[in-house]
Amino acid sequence: MNFEIIFFFLIAISAIASSILMVTQRNPVKSVLLLIVNFFCLAIIYLILHAQFIAIIQILVYAGAIMVLFLFVIMLLNLGNESQLTEKMNHRKLLAYILSGVVLLEILLGLGLPFGHGLVSINSNAVEIGTVEFIGKSLYTNYILPFEITSMLLLAAIVGVIILAKKKFQ
Amino acid sequence: MTEIPLNYYLVLSAIMFSIGVIGVLTRRNAIIVFMCIELMLNSVNLSLVAFSAFYGNTIGQILVFFVIAVAASEAAVGLSIIIALFRNKVTVNIDEINIMKW
Repeated sequence: MNFEIIFFFLIAISAIASSILMVTQRNPVKSVLLLIVNFFCLAIIYLILHAQFIAIIQILVYAGAIMVLFLFVIMLLNLGNESQLTEKMNHRKLLAYILSGVVLLEILLGLGLPFGHGLVSINSNAVEIGTVEFIGKSLYTNYILPFEITSMLLLAAIVGVIILAKKKFQ
Repeated sequence: MTEIPLNYYLVLSAIMFSIGVIGVLTRRNAIIVFMCIELMLNSVNLSLVAFSAFYGNTIGQILVFFVIAVAASEAAVGLSIIIALFRNKVTVNIDEINIMKW
């Protein structure tokens, strides 16, 4: 039991706890804040995996941009008084829990646990792979076409959002 | 080098994915359902980064980059759909939004 495993378990438990609280929370604003906590925990795990670029992008784009969008929409729609949505339907909820348990079991079996992959240590060139330089080099050479298609996707999203969210024209 | 096996990351990713599934199936608030979808995307990202680091291959992290770009545009479009729905029927309860049901 060295320091790194204890640190990993601390981060993993806080990620799982924040996601459970996010799902069970009644107030949407608190739910968003708990999801941001979860994203920060994931960014720390990415740093443990030497993926520096992805960790920074996670904080910048997910915790910084997307969750601000969620908060903005929640405050725009003024959902504070609607936190008590009628959620009875106990039989459907029970079925949902059973199905999620089956999904978890299927994923774990699909991974081949409890034996799983025999890999116990990170690859020796993982430190080099995660740098901005390496990822940028392969993004602009081998994966230039998907990169450009992403720009078209973002343009389409911008146009679609403006058309969807503006007031109805007569 | 670290001593944490690959299985730990994969189990963490599977647990977070299942929590996202629970949220999508049980919650009635459309925005929280949306946030649970983001949680599921993130758990898949975690397993991609873990495989990428353990196999020494950069493709996993490139894929995570594209997943984040797609998730950003998906969040923007989905939230604007929720705003348009809220303008028509003044609710975000997905049980009351059933006009596409025949």
